Amino acid sequence: MCLGVPGKIIELYTSATLHMAKVDFGGVIRETCVEALPEAKVGDYTIVHAGFALTLLSEEEAQITLAALRELAELQDDPDFDGLPSGKPYPGNTSVSGLN
Amino acid sequence: MRYVDEYRDAGLVKGVLEEIRRTVIRPWVVMEICGGQTHAILRYGLDELLPPEIELVHGPGCPVCVTPLQLIDQALAIASLPEVIFTSYGDMLRVPGSHQDLFSIRAAGGQVRVVYSPLDAVKIAQENPDKQVVFFAIGFETTAPANVMSVIQAKTLGLKNYSILVSHVCVPPAMETILGSPLNRVQGFLAAGHVCTVMGYWQYLSIAEKYRVPIVVTGFEPLDLAHGLLMAVRQLEEGRCEVENAYPRAVTQPGNQAAQAMIDRVFQPCDRHWRGIGRIPMSGWGLRPEFADFDAEKRFQVGHIQTQESKLCISGEILQGLKKPTQCPAFGKQCTPSTPLGATMVSSEGACSAYYRYGRNQ
Amino acid sequence: MDEEQTLQFEGAACPLPLTHKDQIVIGHGSGGRMTHELVQTVFFPRFKNDLLQAGNDAALARLPSTAGVQGRLAISTDSHIVHPLFFPGGDIGRLAVCGTVNDVSMLGAEPLYLTAGFILEEGLSIETLTRVVDSMHQAAEEAGVQIVAGDTKVVERGKADGIFINTSGVGWVPEGRTIGGDQARPGDVVLVSGTIGDHGIAVLSARGELGFQADVASDVAPLNHMIRSLLESAPHTHVLRDPTRGGLATTLNEIAQQSQVCIQLEEGTIPVHPTVQAACEMLGFDPLYIANEGKLVAIVPSGEAEAALAALHRHPYGSRAVLIGTVLPQPQRRVLLRTPFGGSRILDLLAGELLPRIC
Repeated sequence: MCLGVPGKIIELYTSATLHMAKVDFGGVIRETCVEALPEAKVGDYTIVHAGFALTLLSEEEAQITLAALRELAELQDDPDFDGLPSGKPYPGNTSVSGLN
Repeated sequence: MRYVDEYRDAGLVKGVLEEIRRTVIRPWVVMEICGGQTHAILRYGLDELLPPEIELVHGPGCPVCVTPLQLIDQALAIASLPEVIFTSYGDMLRVPGSHQDLFSIRAAGGQVRVVYSPLDAVKIAQENPDKQVVFFAIGFETTAPANVMSVIQAKTLGLKNYSILVSHVCVPPAMETILGSPLNRVQGFLAAGHVCTVMGYWQYLSIAEKYRVPIVVTGFEPLDLAHGLLMAVRQLEEGRCEVENAYPRAVTQPGNQAAQAMIDRVFQPCDRHWRGIGRIPMSGWGLRPEFADFDAEKRFQVGHIQTQESKLCISGEILQGLKKPTQCPAFGKQCTPSTPLGATMVSSEGACSAYYRYGRNQ
Repeated sequence: MDEEQTLQFEGAACPLPLTHKDQIVIGHGSGGRMTHELVQTVFFPRFKNDLLQAGNDAALARLPSTAGVQGRLAISTDSHIVHPLFFPGGDIGRLAVCGTVNDVSMLGAEPLYLTAGFILEEGLSIETLTRVVDSMHQAAEEAGVQIVAGDTKVVERGKADGIFINTSGVGWVPEGRTIGGDQARPGDVVLVSGTIGDHGIAVLSARGELGFQADVASDVAPLNHMIRSLLESAPHTHVLRDPTRGGLATTLNEIAQQSQVCIQLEEGTIPVHPTVQAACEMLGFDPLYIANEGKLVAIVPSGEAEAALAALHRHPYGSRAVLIGTVLPQPQRRVLLRTPFGGSRILDLLAGELLPRIC
């Protein structure tokens, strides 16, 4: 239910009272409604579904996730490694009582 | 492509898969809710790369599959009307109604157009003031903002010739229905990442607690899927049942409040019939009374259409993860993508279609 | 009444199976399974002959013995209905010439003569028609063929989408050359001459119905000169085919069927233009099913692979040629795709119409 593709906002404008953006998906440009992202700026990356921008992508979170997974992949190559000790927090782990 | 390629890195995916293999000790049944995730798993062959202890079952996260036959017949009736331009997402065109599909309506002279976004349908309405433009508003929570935006826009523009045929369903009630069934085998969930970009994941906290199941918000790229699975397996082995987020670059716990407000303005919860499963109370959305003018079901008075569902395919059982497509006697024989018996085979996201296309029919 | 949210499973529920056997629907024109079935059930039983049923891009026919020549005639026909008439990289005229030149060339024939039949819609501007015909002339010149016969009909407004063009072509296959869909053998390698999906995405973008702009041009081009060089360097080439509607996946499935072999591809090697990839991601398409009009697939014995690639690279239309797979004995009539993660999946024929999706 969820074909959502990341794209970069390259222009913001208003069309017939709607807040719209031109979003660049790796070379393909599509106009997208950004009514649900009042804080969107040119240069931000967003996930778009059916012509509607749903969220802004967090570069910081992306880097944290990738770094942790890269570390995991490198540890796999270490012959002395036999699995991460339990209790070590995984990237992106937000507990039940956690903040956003 | 930025934010895509990094999550298709074969080396990283293999690393996570290896960690899953190291972590898993006991057998577990994990369900991925979203049809898009089902397809991604099969497309990248991830299910073949998992240790045998992990059984992946496929949930009812395909809005095309769960749209009731009756509603499809209503859609076809509306699409046949000469004054109507019927617009739809591409996915719906192939789904068979009782006797026809949208392709045959088109072949018979009906105006049926595929649109990428419902806002494009609104434009079509503006450009064709002498026609009635109807949009088939199916979807889960991910698609709701786009669908409601089209209604808001149509109202702002004062359009009298735009309406939507609504078939919206929500994930949490479906999860509860599956978990509450005495036949349930699911022990952990991968929650649908893009549903959660809109709704957040606060709704799953009570489900995780009540049914004692781990729920991990998961994305759609191979690395995201492997990562989500790893976190789920970790929880299962450690006996935890928490809600975790394996897609933090796109999902926050509260979700997109502006989008939620927009949905709340136009839609209200209602009972929905899930094809093959049954009626799940308060499991979907319908238009609020103040937007009744935009309700195609009322405007075209197709509510009288009754449909007889025949009992041949096991889509329902597949949708709940009780059976695999390969366990269906009709799979690959009478029922194939070009001669589908049920929605799970027709929809590009349906589990049966995925199994057939990506060749799990051995 | 049970108030709890327990499962009220209503049992299996499905509609009557759909058969589009009573009328033509748009999917019949997709080049995929529906098209195949239509041909098998309506046309083949009535136009019954070996030449037609060989199922290649062109038919191979011997001249009567009174002609006193060895070698065979390659004959092909194609109709063109593309909309819009003009798109980045080409137009319906160029498509009409190149399509038939290529079909004939894929049998290893030297294309010689084309015919061109036009169905024109009332109201079409003569200026537009002239532009199209100019383009056909240029394409024919480039290919080195002559358009020697033609026909023109006019239909009422609304009955023809501007212009429909049918072209037929004949070419000559020298004696001793056997290139066809049934010639692939285990041990052969599969080459593709360049990036896939360009034409289909360029046309979709130009149509504007899905509201996106992609800076992609159609690859429409006559490939006969490149094929001549290829066959000089790799004379034992077994199969040549252009992956038009239905895309690379459909074409390879047809070959696997005809040759009764398995074709195994490495996903990571298949060249796709990044913008085409991006458009496919956005719409939910698979580039493997999107039409190409200036590319070819070549299946050659492994010993001639290097020479074949070198020949393709020397030609501007083959600069990005690459080896993408191999031919195996089993499982027969299947096309397999190996993913970069070590998994594999079956690549099937396109079923019907290619549709954008939200799921």
